[in-house]
Amino acid sequence: MGNPDRVDALASTAISSPASGQVANPRPDPVPPLDPVPPLDVERLRKDFPALHQEVNGHPLVYLDNAATSQKPVQVLDAIRGYYEADNANVHRGIHELSRRATEAYEGARQRVARFLGVEDPAEVIWTRGTTEGINLVAASWGSANLGPGDEILLSDMEHHSNLVPWQLIARRTGAALRFLDVTDQGTLRLEQVDEILAGGRVRLAALTQVSNALGTLNPIREIADRVHAAGALLLVDGAQGAAHAPVDVHALGADFYAFSGHKLCGPTGIGVLWGRRELLEAMPPYMGGGEMISLVERDMSTWAPLPHTFEAGTPNIAGAIGMAAAVDYLEGVGPAAILAHEQSLVAYALAQLRELPGIRLFGPEEASDRAGVVSFLLGDAHPHDISTILDAEGVAIRAGHHCTQLLMRRYGVAATARASFYLYNTREEVDRLVRSLETVRTLFA
Amino acid sequence: MTTDVQLSSLYQHLILDHYRKPRNKGELQEATADVHMRNPTCGDEIRLQLQVEDGVISDVRFQGEGCSISQAAASMMTALVKGAPVADALGIASRFTAMMHGDPEAAGDRTLKDLRALAGVARFPVRVKCALLGFDALQEAVKQAAGPDTGT
Repeated sequence: MGNPDRVDALASTAISSPASGQVANPRPDPVPPLDPVPPLDVERLRKDFPALHQEVNGHPLVYLDNAATSQKPVQVLDAIRGYYEADNANVHRGIHELSRRATEAYEGARQRVARFLGVEDPAEVIWTRGTTEGINLVAASWGSANLGPGDEILLSDMEHHSNLVPWQLIARRTGAALRFLDVTDQGTLRLEQVDEILAGGRVRLAALTQVSNALGTLNPIREIADRVHAAGALLLVDGAQGAAHAPVDVHALGADFYAFSGHKLCGPTGIGVLWGRRELLEAMPPYMGGGEMISLVERDMSTWAPLPHTFEAGTPNIAGAIGMAAAVDYLEGVGPAAILAHEQSLVAYALAQLRELPGIRLFGPEEASDRAGVVSFLLGDAHPHDISTILDAEGVAIRAGHHCTQLLMRRYGVAATARASFYLYNTREEVDRLVRSLETVRTLFA
Repeated sequence: MTTDVQLSSLYQHLILDHYRKPRNKGELQEATADVHMRNPTCGDEIRLQLQVEDGVISDVRFQGEGCSISQAAASMMTALVKGAPVADALGIASRFTAMMHGDPEAAGDRTLKDLRALAGVARFPVRVKCALLGFDALQEAVKQAAGPDTGT
């Protein structure tokens, strides 16, 4: 896993397989992949997720808000509960048995997440509260040490506010400027524009999302990374959606920093990871001061603990780290490539039906193989909030709003969209429920 | 539990009529109060302008972007407060707010006119803020029109 070429091949297979049927714009049959991904046993997987098995407003819940947060399997819930019931203690420096066990579980969790990222050195894995904190850490720490007037940070119009506002803050403090990649009508970035902006020679760092949370677009991170590096700049990848919905190998992606969250990939909220290359992290000043992150403390100055603790001030989210490790174990057991293929098959199935709805406006790439499991849309003159209320009354949970991507909404001239987002436990029957409920919207707003 | 009946009552004809043909939508060239409010969680927006003369709202306009509930409520509100004394307008705001919080007496108040069509919103707690956006703007605008020296 982690090879982008292979993912593309798998994805194409997934949407053009006979089972997925109604693809609106069929592609020529791709070369059969060498290592086909077996389809997910969704019915078995669903049993792992207690929250899915409930009625909402008198209907079985259809949870299609996975890009906001995923549901949690019992394996994750048990890991958190087990830690609190048996091993709860503060980590590091404790000389007693429970502290030893807690430290072992906490540092073991770091190693498991490192493996999930394809990383050899667990000290490059820094626990954070989530993607937002990881990006803020790099912006504030790396940015304050490396940016000045005349320098540029390269972003895109599809970035989540969490990969935009931290850069605005550090740009204001350092005098650096922000540059933006446009988003095409198809919801993609243009590599030629990357080249154009890099040719100016001022970009020090590019910060781009692997997968658009609002459109589902899978960005060509590897191709961008090669260009960014050739220009002598660094690449931070916002993996909030990417790590949850596509195979990740930070070296294969060409990332220098990679930030993501636990809660979007079946883990708990309040925990995430920033991965960075060791030499970059070692050259960065601490982000927060406090316990855990020091070596020797004197009245006027202190020295820092080595990586990863330099960036982990205070008692960490121990249970969160353990829960997140259980989540990545779970995903590895299922298979990230198979999860993406499953999502793309649902997207293809959904797009084919949605295109038939009068008044529908779809956002994002036409081909399901160019997306993770996200479908953003508008329907007639029904505002997305009204769509969401009507769907909720029929037990279908989607998200409506600007999805923390106001630049993107402005790009398309809309205030908001409705967004259905899929995960490993969603089914075609649930897509059918979504489409049926959209018929109710059309009736009420007729 | 939400039923189809409740949904239909939420999206009844009168609400969609105000949503699609908002009353008093536009801009006043001169206004005694001009406020801009938004609901940051969902992005609903309203700009409300009042012309107040001798304690009466002689003219009102709004511009906005948002869901049917927020836009219809704003439209109904403007239709009701245009030509009304400021004190009456504030009375409407307070009764409508009570209705949104489930007060059955307020829901039976005929002086709320078209706004009574929004009574069903009270059963959708996450949507109450949408309905109140225009009234929040009204209260702010009234304060602005009163000027800084009437802090009572």
